[in-house]
Amino acid sequence: MNLAEQFLLTPEGLKIGDIEQTLASIMLPGMDYADCYFQHASFEGWALEDNKVKSGSYQIDQGVGIRAISGEKTGFAYSDEISHSALKDAALSARNIANAGQNGSQAIRLNSRAYPALYSDVVPISSLADADKVALLQKLNRHARGLDPRVQEVSVSLAGGREVILIAASDGTFCADVRPLIRLNVSVIVEENGRRESGSMGGGGRLAYSYFFEQNRAEQYAEEAVRQALVNLEAQAAPAGEMTVVLGSGWPGILLHEAIGHGLEGDFNRKGTSAFSGRIGDTVAAAECTVVDDGTLVDRRGSLTIDDEGTPTENTVLIENGVLKNYMQDKLNARLMNMQATGNGRRESYAHLPMPRMTNTYMLPGKHDPQEIIASVEDGVYAANFGGGQVDITSGKFVFSASEAYRIKNGKLSHPIKGATLIGNGPDVLTRVSMVGNDMQLDSGVGMCGKEGQSVPVGVGQPTLRIDGLTVGGEG
Amino acid sequence: MSNSALPSHSDNPLTDREQTLYDISERVFEFTRKANCSAAELLISQVSGAEYSVRNGEPETIERNQDKGLEIRVFIGDKTGSASTTDFSDAAIESTVKAAASIAGVTEGDACQKLAPPELNPRAFPDLELHHPHRYSAEELSQFALEQAIICEAAALNADSRISNTEGASFSAHEGISLARNSNGFTGFSRGTRYGLSCSVIAGQTDNMQRDYWYDSKRKLETLDSPVLIGEQAAKRTCQRLNARKITTCRAPVILDASIAPGLLGHLMSALAGNAIYKKASFLAGKMDDIIFPEHINIVQHPHLKQGMGSAVYDAEGVATRQQHYIDQGRLVNYVLGLYSACKLGMQTTGNAGGVRNLSISHDNISRTDLIKRMHSGLLVTELMGFGVNTVTGDYSRGAAGFWVENGEIQYPVHEITLSGQLSVMYKGINGVANDTNLKGNIHSGSILINQMTIGGS
Repeated sequence: MNLAEQFLLTPEGLKIGDIEQTLASIMLPGMDYADCYFQHASFEGWALEDNKVKSGSYQIDQGVGIRAISGEKTGFAYSDEISHSALKDAALSARNIANAGQNGSQAIRLNSRAYPALYSDVVPISSLADADKVALLQKLNRHARGLDPRVQEVSVSLAGGREVILIAASDGTFCADVRPLIRLNVSVIVEENGRRESGSMGGGGRLAYSYFFEQNRAEQYAEEAVRQALVNLEAQAAPAGEMTVVLGSGWPGILLHEAIGHGLEGDFNRKGTSAFSGRIGDTVAAAECTVVDDGTLVDRRGSLTIDDEGTPTENTVLIENGVLKNYMQDKLNARLMNMQATGNGRRESYAHLPMPRMTNTYMLPGKHDPQEIIASVEDGVYAANFGGGQVDITSGKFVFSASEAYRIKNGKLSHPIKGATLIGNGPDVLTRVSMVGNDMQLDSGVGMCGKEGQSVPVGVGQPTLRIDGLTVGGEG
Repeated sequence: MSNSALPSHSDNPLTDREQTLYDISERVFEFTRKANCSAAELLISQVSGAEYSVRNGEPETIERNQDKGLEIRVFIGDKTGSASTTDFSDAAIESTVKAAASIAGVTEGDACQKLAPPELNPRAFPDLELHHPHRYSAEELSQFALEQAIICEAAALNADSRISNTEGASFSAHEGISLARNSNGFTGFSRGTRYGLSCSVIAGQTDNMQRDYWYDSKRKLETLDSPVLIGEQAAKRTCQRLNARKITTCRAPVILDASIAPGLLGHLMSALAGNAIYKKASFLAGKMDDIIFPEHINIVQHPHLKQGMGSAVYDAEGVATRQQHYIDQGRLVNYVLGLYSACKLGMQTTGNAGGVRNLSISHDNISRTDLIKRMHSGLLVTELMGFGVNTVTGDYSRGAAGFWVENGEIQYPVHEITLSGQLSVMYKGINGVANDTNLKGNIHSGSILINQMTIGGS
């Protein structure tokens, strides 16, 4: 809290009383809720391509967003200046949403609260000298190129930074968070007999850059990128049509994010626009499936000590033994649905409105050995790695695209197949899960989720899964 | 570093807002000189506006936007660093410049990294009619915007009894100004407005629920499609999707509806982007002068289109934009290049730093209905999902929804299917482009007929 106040309020001479007054000026009769979100973010990026670290960038962004809620109505304004006058202007603008009475504003008393931090307050940018960042990128370039003569091009990117946020709300919420975030990515292009393929791997979390130097992580990203690209050199056309699909552990958990996660966000369910609306208590998955959204994992990319409304994050059970248990909620939707906020109120920045978003979404392990799962399939596809995905929450249709996949024949992995999009129906895909592996794994920390134009970092995870019937979009 | 005393964009005196941005840029250049940078370029932008959304006939959110930013790129010889800030105070500008200079100090030099030479800057700054401020006060605009959105949503809700729910309608209005300068003497101002109205509704119940939307986006408020038209179109598109089914896996001709066809050209632009070409990270690397489309196809950019969503006189490096072909009678005649990628390829910049501007594909002067007749039987695709497009290999595999066509007539809606192929084969297999050109975005295309693709279904 001290750090946040020192960063966000002190330079402009703002005191807690000023914020209380701002909130009080909004909370006229008829208003239900108001909050101020102060943020200071500084991020850097370094990129190597064509054997050189040719560019780097640094950005600083700070400001305050003010929100006023009356019933289902929200007024929102923000400023990239944190000052008395900016607060006043934004508050006036935000409260215009409702024709509130001019008299009888209530006094606001902020109660400062601290929660045990899930990550350190390290400053990633200064956790490593710039020359050492450049040297790391160069080392990975050499390492990747040295792995195989077919490696033609290597791109490496390093990004990191820190956000300091302070949240004050009319319900007395007053808390701060310091959020570091780092990410390292290696992409390669390999070429053989005129055929070119690519592979990429990365990782990160709410950590200092030293993370990449531990356990040879950075080198492993390079090795994994090269391995994937070389596998794809051998890939044959993927099949087309509905078939048995085995999904690998870890990042393939993007299945849960798309097929289940978005459809369980509170806003869509309050409005009745989700294919999961009104289905709490229904069986939506095989009995072996338990899926959670857990913002409380230490140092993970999708984790938050508090969400962007000051609610501490939770480990929320979404599906328990196949039965739909909970939605993910922010304060607005929880209040309107008469439910509890689950610590899922997130926003891209002070210039964006919060809404229900995922944190780390994953499925708990089952009992099957992954080898046993593959051995059980006579004819199907094993998808080990994925790119991005997308969902239509109303029809429930979702897609995700494999970047490394194999044909399974008679219980054995056969040749690699080209990346293909898989499409399914969210409300019934998990009912087709026939085996859940015992190898639950979280992704390596590169996920980014987009909703209504806002991007936030997220995590996913799952054990190896067998799904009896998913449509594979190959060329035949 | 040269000191350009006068903006080069026109002989007119600067407006107050332009002068404010110009003064900021002068301070930036002072700091870059102090930091011993050998050259620098900058972009200062200010955008303000608001977005008003309604749901079930009531205001739902009102968002006021006010964004500004300064982006700089500094050079120390042939080494560069970039930085940006939203704070225009002297202290913030100084630390931003220092951060960029410090990054330039540790990066590796590259002779291809340079500012645009003055001879590539535009010689004239024609008025592209991009700036059409509305005449309302803030309060009047708010009232007007909410009214428009309410009319739009009501039109959708009343259009069809099968409409069961709504995500609402939203109106937006934005106005912005920017200044681009470099230390070679280039100064360019640009300003523009943008208005939008959109509506999204839901039809059907529980297991058979479909959602779709419609929108318009224009530079000039008066030219925005009517709210009733947008609402009715949203309702029509949504209801048409009800009772969609899966079809069996097959190979068939496909029409990409004009609402999504620009995406197919977007993939072409990604594959022709200079940085993908010189890294050989594109299936089109080395294909210059090859025939990659049927010979009746031309793909051209028109950067000076009046009121165009992508119109601009200069690119992100201050290089004059020009009308030019990328595909001329089926032949690849230009990559999409900025200064750096052009230098790496031993070519000239095409004035495409920051991308293409108002790209369009030629059409066959036939209606979409006639294009559907020409297809005879196949799939009319109205939605594509996911990111399954690989620019390195040209492999294409995406989720899709649309309508099955027999005997030139739409039969029934389909969904939960995949569409796959190879971009190079798809481009050569274009059998017609309808004249229902979608002008809403930066890429303009009519519906496109492709002779054969693989459809993955049950």
